[in-house]
Amino acid sequence: MDKFDKLTGTAAPLPLVNIDTDMIIPKQFLKTIKRTGLREGLFYELRTDEDGNAKDFILDQPAYKDAQILVAGDNFGCGSSREHAPWALLDAGIRCIIAPSFADIFYNNCFKNGILPIALPQEQVDLLMDDAGRGANAVISVDLEAQEIKGPDGGTISFEIDAFRKHCLMNGLDDIGLTMAKGEKIDSFEERRKLSQPWA
Amino acid sequence: MSAPRTLFDKIWDSHLVDRQDDGTCLIYIDRHLVHEVTSPQAFEGLRMTGRTVRRPEATLAVPDHNVPTSGRAQGIDDEESRIQVEQLSKNCDEFGVPLFGMDDVRQGVVHIIGPEQGFTLPGMTIVCGDSHTATHGAFGSLAFGIGTSEVEHVLATQTLIQKPAKNMRITVEGKLPVGVTAKDMVLAIIGKIGTAGGTGYVIEYAGEAIRDLSMEGRMTVCNMSIEGGARAGLIAPDEKTFEYIMGRPMSPKGAAWEQALAYWKTLPSDEGASYDKELVLKAADIEPQVTWGTSPEDVIPVSASIPGPDAAPDDNKRSAIERSLDYMGLTAGTPISEVAVDTVFIGSCTNGRIEDLREVAAVAKGRKVAENVRAMIVPGSGLVKEQAEEEGLDQIFIEAGFDWREPGCSMCLAMNADKLAPGERCASTSNRNFEGRQGRGGRTHLVSPGMAAAAAVTGHITDVRELG
Repeated sequence: MDKFDKLTGTAAPLPLVNIDTDMIIPKQFLKTIKRTGLREGLFYELRTDEDGNAKDFILDQPAYKDAQILVAGDNFGCGSSREHAPWALLDAGIRCIIAPSFADIFYNNCFKNGILPIALPQEQVDLLMDDAGRGANAVISVDLEAQEIKGPDGGTISFEIDAFRKHCLMNGLDDIGLTMAKGEKIDSFEERRKLSQPWA
Repeated sequence: MSAPRTLFDKIWDSHLVDRQDDGTCLIYIDRHLVHEVTSPQAFEGLRMTGRTVRRPEATLAVPDHNVPTSGRAQGIDDEESRIQVEQLSKNCDEFGVPLFGMDDVRQGVVHIIGPEQGFTLPGMTIVCGDSHTATHGAFGSLAFGIGTSEVEHVLATQTLIQKPAKNMRITVEGKLPVGVTAKDMVLAIIGKIGTAGGTGYVIEYAGEAIRDLSMEGRMTVCNMSIEGGARAGLIAPDEKTFEYIMGRPMSPKGAAWEQALAYWKTLPSDEGASYDKELVLKAADIEPQVTWGTSPEDVIPVSASIPGPDAAPDDNKRSAIERSLDYMGLTAGTPISEVAVDTVFIGSCTNGRIEDLREVAAVAKGRKVAENVRAMIVPGSGLVKEQAEEEGLDQIFIEAGFDWREPGCSMCLAMNADKLAPGERCASTSNRNFEGRQGRGGRTHLVSPGMAAAAAVTGHITDVRELG
């Protein structure tokens, strides 16, 4: 997993509430057995018409082609647990998503893939949404260590993040490796349970 | 004396392997269900790092999302779907994970087969790479959906890194009116709390109307917890739970049964346990429900009319309503019962169990599916199908003009060949009415099985209670 410390880039505005994971990546792209190459499916139905022609979706507009940040409405990532959603975002170069709130499973999945989801009060998201609307001229900087976002006009917004998740993201740590290091604790837990709950 | 604890607190505490100073916990996972869509990359990860599956016997795999629901003997036409299902078999073989393959009578939707086999038991932690894992909470187990990275984590370590959720209790008091079901109850709850109302919480459902539900009904309620934003829903185990579990192939037997039973009886929340959030509903106020929009929170009673943008509390919601009405091809102010349907889908992990099929049969018996309506019934598992056929329900369905199919997820998410065409309108017993969920441009109205059957025979959204 790639580390995340600082990110400066264009932010694309996506002012919809309840953007669900079916919308982020429709089911026909879930048939892959790989993690990569999913950018083609990202926001597919917002991006193309029924004949597959481009609809001038925000991420296809010249000003946002290189966007690394998304600014979106409330409850981003609701619905299915498909990790294909963050995989597709990552494959398209998105490393940070800012919204008033996120669905739990999606939020969690982001951290496993080096993507930083930032939840902010609606008023602050509204300000950043306006900034994002100004396209390539409106570069936003995200500093994970300092937990700060700087807008194009120099204003600074602080954000909250769980300390352990921050640590893992900043160091690109592999969760499984960390847990394997606690193998003895798992062994002794299993030993105890074999006695107390032999059916489990 | 220790402080009173909730059912969630008890399960959490008993699964704690480690707690770091920053509050991050390592919790033990008792049961892991696996399907073909969210697992290939996890097995690939194990292979690349030379890791193994820690407890194959605590893991159960089944293909369900991609499987065809007709002509199964010919295999799977779609190449990508076929590869995914074949890959699951290869992975299970290589890592020693038990699998119910496509030709096994026990195959079915992952959340139907777990309880059916007695794999799902009270007090356990259960995960699956699928957001509807909350279904298993009906047994008083802490069950939630995870992403593929976490599937790999559980396969390798039988644990997950988590922080405890907050406790919410939703109490449904009194008795449900005749003709109103578990599905209507959970849709009404989601309408009330909103699709993000449960974010960060585990919901415990309580009250007379919940206790009165069968295990099937309880599974329907817990199943849709995620549609209210909660990763897990829970119902305290009771005699109905124990009766359902007893004698299932994977449930404990003999002395182990007695020991387990004594433990399960200690699980219900203690008197005086505190909840971070509480909501109380009166069962008598709940009518059959129908969704009109593209989020499960867009739900109204069948007697109501479709709301308009003026009903929105803010600009964001106003534009969401406008977008939904446009996508759904509906006009604000139209009574929902005047909306005609093209298709009816009955099945899914929400409503693909035997009781759901009996509800459909009660409406379908002696009636015919309306002209121009295609109606399909997809049983939740091979065993549900077998039981329905033993009870003669299949004959009722076929005589009424329903298409009686093989088990799988089918048109709930339309990964297989069962899908809606653009603009096609469907009364569906599934769980999500998102844009494109049942097929690009498809329009979904979520309803109970009885309501779906009523729509099938009248050709439009109909209050099932009017059919008597």
